[in-house]
Amino acid sequence: MKKIYVREEWCLKCRLCEYICAFANSGCGDIVAALKDKPIMPRITVEEEGKISYAVSCRHCDDALCVKGCISGAISRVDGVVTIDKNKCVGCCTCILSCPYGAIAYGADGTATKCELCVQNAGGSPMCVKYCPNRAIVLE
Amino acid sequence: MNYVIIGNSIAAVGGIEGIRRTDGDGNITVVGAEPHHVYSRPLISYLLEGKTDSERIKYRPDDFYKKNKCTLKKGVRAESIDTDKKTVFLDDGEALPFDKLLIATGARPFVPKISGLENHEYHTFMTLGDAYGLEKKLKSTKDAKVLILGAGLIGLKCAEAIYRYAKEITVADMADRVLPSILDTEGSAVIKKHLEYKGIRFLLSTAVELDKMKFDVLCVCTGVIPEANLAKDAGIETGRGIYIDAEAKTSKDGIYAAGDCTEGYSAVTGRRGAIAILPNAYIQGETAGINMAGGNAVYDKAMPMNAIGFFGKHILTAGLYEGEEIKSGSVSGGVFKKLFVKDGKLKGFIFIDDFKRAGLYTALIRDGIDLTGIDDATLLDDIGFKLYPKAERDKVLRNQNEGV
Repeated sequence: MKKIYVREEWCLKCRLCEYICAFANSGCGDIVAALKDKPIMPRITVEEEGKISYAVSCRHCDDALCVKGCISGAISRVDGVVTIDKNKCVGCCTCILSCPYGAIAYGADGTATKCELCVQNAGGSPMCVKYCPNRAIVLE
Repeated sequence: MNYVIIGNSIAAVGGIEGIRRTDGDGNITVVGAEPHHVYSRPLISYLLEGKTDSERIKYRPDDFYKKNKCTLKKGVRAESIDTDKKTVFLDDGEALPFDKLLIATGARPFVPKISGLENHEYHTFMTLGDAYGLEKKLKSTKDAKVLILGAGLIGLKCAEAIYRYAKEITVADMADRVLPSILDTEGSAVIKKHLEYKGIRFLLSTAVELDKMKFDVLCVCTGVIPEANLAKDAGIETGRGIYIDAEAKTSKDGIYAAGDCTEGYSAVTGRRGAIAILPNAYIQGETAGINMAGGNAVYDKAMPMNAIGFFGKHILTAGLYEGEEIKSGSVSGGVFKKLFVKDGKLKGFIFIDDFKRAGLYTALIRDGIDLTGIDDATLLDDIGFKLYPKAERDKVLRNQNEGV
């Protein structure tokens, strides 16, 4: 299965991926209405330190600790994509405690949220990859 | 190949999925004493709260056993194991021969000697049956005054579970603080205050005399002990729990154990002990399953970690609370982060309502990453893979992770 990879040397620290991700998952059709003056909740995070920067999102690990640790059985692999069943999630945050990438967040709806490769939102394919201006995020 | 799994909870599911990674055809028979499809025990409090239901509490879909070609014997108890004849004897009279056996019998409520207990009906709070029984009792008791014995994880989750049904909830414990197994003194004070604000009363440092107290419903939530008797009686090495190694093997050839019934080695203390948490049960079960099917799996990363919430307040903890304390936030405000650093390495943490990307910290403990020279502010609020050497970071970010 294709996965998202980052090319550290190419990242511009522009954080466009964070905004695009928050927009893609907002369920709102207009980027300004979705993001302006609102706390944004991206599922990708740019880490930076001095000259180093790169984006981190769910790796869809083959041996995913979030899947193994989920107390409600809400996290499973669906066609290769590690996916959270919001209907089953009780918001305990064991996945957030387990994920070695820090790639799962506590959502405004009281359940866990993470990158699902835009397969279920309007994007259809990873929007962070599509809009990264320097191709520092790739799907391969 | 005949696989038998005693127990039908999380470790058993790990075992089934572990076996099926390499052996798609062997016969798997699962013996479950409870009359239910596999469900998540930690969710029974959410069930009474109304945050899940009898369908969503199922840990795997209805077709799980069928898809994995398992025979499930529900409501049947294993009575003994003959390790020489490699046979499990069931209480319905059946004898199940096995080539490989997984013991995943979980734990049972521990009920200590309590003054006056023999004169009162009481509820424990561990199984789905317990939850339904308690719910029925509360629904039939008007303005119920509930006494919960035990201010640990089970007792406090029970208090939250029954909150909407009870008129009055009192939690009593001999200990002087709540949740001593996962919190330090300051953390305990924060949670106690939060629960008191919700109207729950506490009687701490108190050995109760039940005959002198007034209550309508009594819940005994004084902890659990590993269900190890079946293994012990079969001559398998046990302490409090069934002894297992990093491959989830017991002292007897071909017999494995996993989950809350076991005592394996902790990665953070190096000592043997029970780490009765759900992620461990799954991973130990999976490790056992892979090895039972002839694969090669090792799980030597077990450590205490808990994510739990009470009335909207989240507690995320891991590791050991030893070494230098590094803090941010406000204890009196009930929101804080506390790191425990020793010899340049993160040993443990307590996060209350401030837990963004907490798993990064869990990984720092598990991987023993050297944090020498990193300032407190960065450690508290700005960690990431940038703290790893470049080669390590590239491995993590560019390649598929190898997992556990």
